[in-house]
Amino acid sequence: MSEWVDACAVDDVEEEDLIRFDHDGKTFAIYRSPDDDFFATDGICTHEHALLADGLVMDYIIECPKHNGRFDYRTGEAKGAPVCVNLKTYPVKVEDGRVFIDVA
Amino acid sequence: MAKRDYSLIGPNASRAVETGLASAEWYHTDISRKEMKALMKRSDGPAIRDTIVWLGGMAAFAGAAAWLWPSLWSIPFFLAYGVLYGSAGDSRWHECGHGTAFKTRWMNDAVYQIASFTMMRNPVTWRWSHARHHTDTIIVGRDPEIVVMRPPDLLRLALNFFGILDVWHAVIDMARNAAGIISAEEKTFVPEQEQPKAIFVARIWVAIYAATAAAAVYTGSILPFLLIGGPRLYGAWHHVMTGLLQHGGLAEDVTDHRLNSRTVHMNPVSRFIYWNMNYHVEHHMFPMVPYHALPKLHEMIKHDLPAPNTSILDGYREMFPAFLRQLRYEDYFIKRELPPTAKPYRAEFHDVAPQAAE
Ligand code: FES
Repeated sequence: MSEWVDACAVDDVEEEDLIRFDHDGKTFAIYRSPDDDFFATDGICTHEHALLADGLVMDYIIECPKHNGRFDYRTGEAKGAPVCVNLKTYPVKVEDGRVFIDVA
Repeated sequence: MAKRDYSLIGPNASRAVETGLASAEWYHTDISRKEMKALMKRSDGPAIRDTIVWLGGMAAFAGAAAWLWPSLWSIPFFLAYGVLYGSAGDSRWHECGHGTAFKTRWMNDAVYQIASFTMMRNPVTWRWSHARHHTDTIIVGRDPEIVVMRPPDLLRLALNFFGILDVWHAVIDMARNAAGIISAEEKTFVPEQEQPKAIFVARIWVAIYAATAAAAVYTGSILPFLLIGGPRLYGAWHHVMTGLLQHGGLAEDVTDHRLNSRTVHMNPVSRFIYWNMNYHVEHHMFPMVPYHALPKLHEMIKHDLPAPNTSILDGYREMFPAFLRQLRYEDYFIKRELPPTAKPYRAEFHDVAPQAAE
């Protein structure tokens, strides 16, 4: 069962950047890629407790602000030490200038 | 009072977890996302330039030293080579371990591997130990990289200016890892799936040192060891001199880097060797900022930090008397004054560090 949630406006996220989105006690990260596509993952690193929204987006990589762990935010794949566990990703759609994520 | 126990598997390790000191929320100076993004921006240029100077300098000094060997004229060249090998290697290991030195991934990884070898730090084990150092900076029982434990062991520090104990431990660790054994302490911070990689690297290194030994026997000369391995001893002094200043004499068990880290202004040669890690409060607060942007970060947040020490000598003038005092009163530490423009230290930090210095 899908559960689409209105996360933000398209313009809330700069190109090659991300923002934090909280919903139902959970933190997500919403990304805007260099090609203007949107993606969503869990907002907390899988290594320790760190908000990915404070990290750095480089192409399709999000680098965690705490120990520089890196993930591919399109797939959630952990790209090497100190992150070993993949990030959960969520489907995203853009409608009428709004970004929706499926949190189900 | 019972002696401090710095073991990662001792009672202080569980105490830090119980009291919430482990993996705690740390103080950060406010800085806008826009400014931080500009500071975090990666580039290859500065690190490529510095790496050409570093490796080029090593090749030139090693070549000259080997050419002049065994004449005494070789000594200055060995000394310069040694500092690039056994001290500049430390900061390259550090920055490339964070992955911030270069924009291009493989360049970070390549320099990280070279510097790990020169510093005799297993690139797998030490990556994890350094992550823990950032999560739990100078938290007793949690941080595996506390260099000066209280009361300070001054003999140990003196020996390490020539890498003696570090190399001794490094050789034991390498031999143990090469034999396929991961110690109990290493297991506390290196995940199981990473452990075989640590063993693999240790075996390659053993092979390199075996080849160096064979070359020394074959040529009947110690020259191969003066070029490989040896510089970790005779060239270590600069990284120990600067490294001690990072946290020496400051607070333990606090969650504000302004209380446990030190920023020191330094001459340009030391800053090249140290790759700007003299901005140590800034680095710990914002580890995503590459070394070349740290002076800029310092300018932006210095209103919120204790005044930096004005030179290496000034840092030692502050730190060394604190070491001497800690020999008698191990709870003593230097509590650095904040400027009036800074946010005060939060009360809870004082509570976890009740024995503030005068
Ligand atoms: S918390 Fe993200 S890399 Fe450690």
